[in-house]
This record gives sequence, C-alpha cells and structure tokens, in this order.
Amino acid sequence: MNAVLLAIALVTLGTAAVAMTLRNLIHSALLLIASWAGVAAFYLWAGAEFVAFAEVLVYVGAVSMVVLFAVLLTRRSRADFTVTPDSVGRASSGFLAGGAVCGVLFGAVIASPMGVMSSPTPTVTVRQIGAQLMGTHAAALLIVGVLLTVALLGAIVIASADRKDNSEDAP
Amino acid sequence: MSPLQLCLLFSSALFCVGLVGALARSNTILVLLGIELMLNAANINFIAFWRFSPSPSPATGVLFVIFSIAVAAAEAAVGLALVIAVYRHQKNIRLQEASRLKG
Repeated sequence: MNAVLLAIALVTLGTAAVAMTLRNLIHSALLLIASWAGVAAFYLWAGAEFVAFAEVLVYVGAVSMVVLFAVLLTRRSRADFTVTPDSVGRASSGFLAGGAVCGVLFGAVIASPMGVMSSPTPTVTVRQIGAQLMGTHAAALLIVGVLLTVALLGAIVIASADRKDNSEDAP
Repeated sequence: MSPLQLCLLFSSALFCVGLVGALARSNTILVLLGIELMLNAANINFIAFWRFSPSPSPATGVLFVIFSIAVAAAEAAVGLALVIAVYRHQKNIRLQEASRLKG
C-alpha cells in the first residue's frame, strides 16, 4: 500500500520539479500534465474516484490546454519558447525560502503524533455526492457557479483585443 | 510511519516545489503553474485527512476538493487572461518588466 503511494509521489514530485526547472515552456506544460495525472492517481489510491476524474477533466484536460494556448499566444518568434535564464539571486532566494518552508513543514509533520489508524477506506458514491451538493451544500454550489461564470466572463473581457486599436489601424 | 504522514509529506514536498517555482522563476506562466501546484498540494491534504480520519463523515473532504478545484480553474482562467493582456501591452511576460504601476 505504501509502495504504491511512494511510487505515485515520486512520479508526481519528479515531473513537477523537472517542469519547474526546464527552460522550454512547452516541455514544462507537458511535464506538468504528467504531474497532475500523478495527483489524480493519488486520489484514485485514496478512494476518491470522483475527485480523480474531476482532476483529470479540469487539470489534465482543461487547464493544460489553456496554459498551452497562453504559451503559444505570448511568443514573438519560433525560438521564443525558451525563456532566458533567471538571475542567480532570484533563484537562490527562491530556493532558500522554499527550503525553509519545506523544513518547517516536514518537521511539523514528522513531529506531530499521528497514531497508526487502520481505518477502512471510506466509500462515497456519486449518488451521495450529488445528494450532498444539492442538499446541504446547495448554496455553495450556486455560489461556485456564479463565481465560475463571472470569472470566465472577466477572463474573456480582459483577454479580448481592444476594438479601438483595430479601428485605428484600419485605413 | 503512518500512511497519513506519508501523504502529508508528499503534499508538503509538492507545495514546496510549487513555491520554489513561483518564487524563483520570472516567467509569468511558470509562476501561475507553481501556484497551481500549491493548490493541488492543498487538495491532497484534504483528501488525505478525509481518507485517514477515524470516523469520516461521508463526503466532506470530497466536496471540499471539488469546490477547491472549481475555484482553482477560475483562477487559472483569469490568471492566463491577465498574462495575455500584459503581453499585449508590453510584448513581454517577464515579471520584472511589468512595473508600470510602480510608484
């Protein structure tokens, strides 16, 4: 059981770490797809199938495509996929801060007493999730729907080209 | 080491990878991807605590993660739209050069 978890964690962390260090943006985005697939595998391992499929749909399917579109739309030439190397000071300060946070988190997790509980895998059916979403959490579901609508409309408004500029360019 | 601790270590490591990516890179898209990794690490924590709690309530952790994924998707869409808007204004998406609002 733990071996499967370790394998999933190794794949996810390895692909994420390599993706964060690569120069080529396209390669980073493609490696992060593997990383998100690893997170979905973790959800499957933990018995949350619905969340795993949601992760695959949203991250592996949608967010990765949006990222690839953003990479393609924000380049000037064919050779522009590779980003210029960052300054050493910025990179080292980022590593310092990340390492400090990593140390604090690892220390806290290892030091906190968590008994070995062999609880059975909680089973949750899609029917239960639907009943909870429509019953207890109906208000939250509505708010999330409104939030998604507003955010996506706002994204379209922000990203759409200015009409004024186009009419000025036209003769 | 209990499986819960392993899950928490996994999610902390993923969080730190995302944090280092968000802090050390100067490309806006990579910073956004680092933030997405951090959000994923938080979701892993939700699922781990739901899976290994002594008496799990039926679907609380799962519902938390579903709502969190929805908010993260909205965040990704708005963030990448902002990247495209910044690129249209200054033909560059390096963070250091987006300093027009600096006092």
